[in-house]
Amino acid sequence: MNCGSDKVIYMDNNATTRIAPEVVDAMMPFLTDCYGNPSSMHTFGGMVGRAIEQARAQVADLLGADPEEIVFTSCGTESDSTAILSALQTYPENRHVITTRVEHPAVKNLCESLTQLTGHKHRVTRLMVDADGLLDMDSYKKALSDDTAIISIMWANNETGVIFPVEEMAAMARERGILFHTDAVQAVGKIPINMRENNIDFLSLSGHKLHAPKGVGVLYVRKGTPFVPFLNGGHQERGRRGGTENVASIIGLGRACELAGQSLEDENTRVKALRDKLEKGLLSTIPKSMLNGHPEKRLPNTSNISFEFVEGEAILLHMDRYNICASSGSACTSGSLEPSHVMRAMGVPFTAAHGSIRFSLSIYNTEEEVDLVLDKMPAIIANLRKLSPFWKEDE
Amino acid sequence: MWEYTDKVQQHFMNPQNVGELENPSGTGDVGSLSCGDALKLTIKVDDNGIITDAKFKTFGCASAIASSSVLTEIIKGMSIEEASKITNEDIAEALGGLPKEKMHCSVMGREALEAAIADYKGVILPMAEGEVVCECFGVTDLEIIRAIKESDLRSVEEITNFTKAGGGCGKCEDRLREILQQTVEGIAAEKSKPHKDQRMTTLQKIKKIEQVLEREIRPTLKKDGGDIELVDVDGDFVTVSLRGACSGCQSSRTTLKEYVEKKLREQVVDTLIVEEDK
Repeated sequence: MNCGSDKVIYMDNNATTRIAPEVVDAMMPFLTDCYGNPSSMHTFGGMVGRAIEQARAQVADLLGADPEEIVFTSCGTESDSTAILSALQTYPENRHVITTRVEHPAVKNLCESLTQLTGHKHRVTRLMVDADGLLDMDSYKKALSDDTAIISIMWANNETGVIFPVEEMAAMARERGILFHTDAVQAVGKIPINMRENNIDFLSLSGHKLHAPKGVGVLYVRKGTPFVPFLNGGHQERGRRGGTENVASIIGLGRACELAGQSLEDENTRVKALRDKLEKGLLSTIPKSMLNGHPEKRLPNTSNISFEFVEGEAILLHMDRYNICASSGSACTSGSLEPSHVMRAMGVPFTAAHGSIRFSLSIYNTEEEVDLVLDKMPAIIANLRKLSPFWKEDE
Repeated sequence: MWEYTDKVQQHFMNPQNVGELENPSGTGDVGSLSCGDALKLTIKVDDNGIITDAKFKTFGCASAIASSSVLTEIIKGMSIEEASKITNEDIAEALGGLPKEKMHCSVMGREALEAAIADYKGVILPMAEGEVVCECFGVTDLEIIRAIKESDLRSVEEITNFTKAGGGCGKCEDRLREILQQTVEGIAAEKSKPHKDQRMTTLQKIKKIEQVLEREIRPTLKKDGGDIELVDVDGDFVTVSLRGACSGCQSSRTTLKEYVEKKLREQVVDTLIVEEDK
């Protein structure tokens, strides 16, 4: 199937990323010849087992962790569920959970259905964010309670790229003896992470956000942290996650983590410069446009911009004509009738929330691509505004 | 990604009759920025009551823009009387259909047209009155009841797809269910009155049964991995075959009697007996 990937200008890397060619190369033997079961006694399977251990070490390296702290899962969502439900089972008497209003649905919806899942009524504190998308540390401190079982706060927000001070928050949690989980799906590979220098107990990451395939994730579990498996079964992952390993994807993820470590600097210099050029260009050439999220405390690849008085889905479909891929926080693209919960939590006015577009870059983006987007966007927005009953030409 | 028809895409990419008429005979202004879509329709009506021109401005997604554009094409050249008979289904049909979650876009078109015609006639629409049920999107019970009747809606989800009511905080869901039940009962009562002595022909029965199976029963069963097929209708005896996860399912008899038969009795004929074809 030809899906035209050579033509697209892909600026939707917070949704998913292309699999790095080096990653595909690393995976191929495990999709063809090396099909042994890593748990087998024979050499043929044992070789695969060793390859998995190498991948585990590669992931650990990127996170500044020990290999035995790495548990391979099927996705970020599974990692999130595993961490949170493990903590609730470890401390069944503690019925309080702290999270934020801007979490990814993987955590948000889980926290909303805890009663159903555990049979107990839990209090869930959902921390507010301000207009820049930042958390209020005072209300966080106040929320910490003796019966808090787990705190789950994302490292970086998927829609705005805003980074939360999770290391600082985890330190406070540690003082109170509370387990701390972070959904770092958007942060890993984009900003430096060193688990040896913080107090975070659980960390989730997802392969397909850092140029590995879909269907593989990791849960980091700090040594000594009490742990209850989510999937019970065989002794895989040292009894922490049953199920035969998704070998090829795990190998791919290992290689992707190695590559991510190498390109971290490129991400924070060249990619960041491209993002800044795109952002400045759009904000200066398109009137009534505004940035969503704190301008500094942000991932280097993400820019979320609102174009007032026009609607996001309509913008995306026009961009699609030029093969430009991005996302929107508008109601119509989320499948619901209201704009994204992140835009609403930040108090982005409705006039702007419906017209918010998220550009998320990767190391594969080029300056030519940024220039093309800068060339096309003003006309797209202007044409849609001509249709809008709220747009006044003289504004 | 939504599956839009070519017609929707054409009207979205090249919308017809964009703008605002000067000194219009009637203006319809519906929706709002906070709701995520809004439409301003202006019409020109000549002395013979013919709509000679129509223009629109729309804030919204592709289907909202396409619905507005096709609406202006439909009504140009029509008499006011003809135009007032246009339903949201007509608008959706002219576009070759809309995804069900987007049907509210066609409803917005119909509402704007009605408002423009009312403005031309100098009357006040009754729809704005009534009790606001969905506060998120400002939808009244009268609008909801009308949509249920016109488009034969049978679930809260369908009400949301057509009117947006319940699509925000979801607090009004219970009230929506209540309105739905009352309205559907009302429709059934109305229907049964004049037809009490008239018997349905077998063909009519089959058609009606198929409709209920398709719209309500099958989607519910499919959620559990099952399916159902109509095998035969003989008098009041309806023979069906349960498929997928339903076949051999321990509780299939309960499903059949407590759910399928009950639904069919409610909506087709209250003497039906449902049996499984084994």
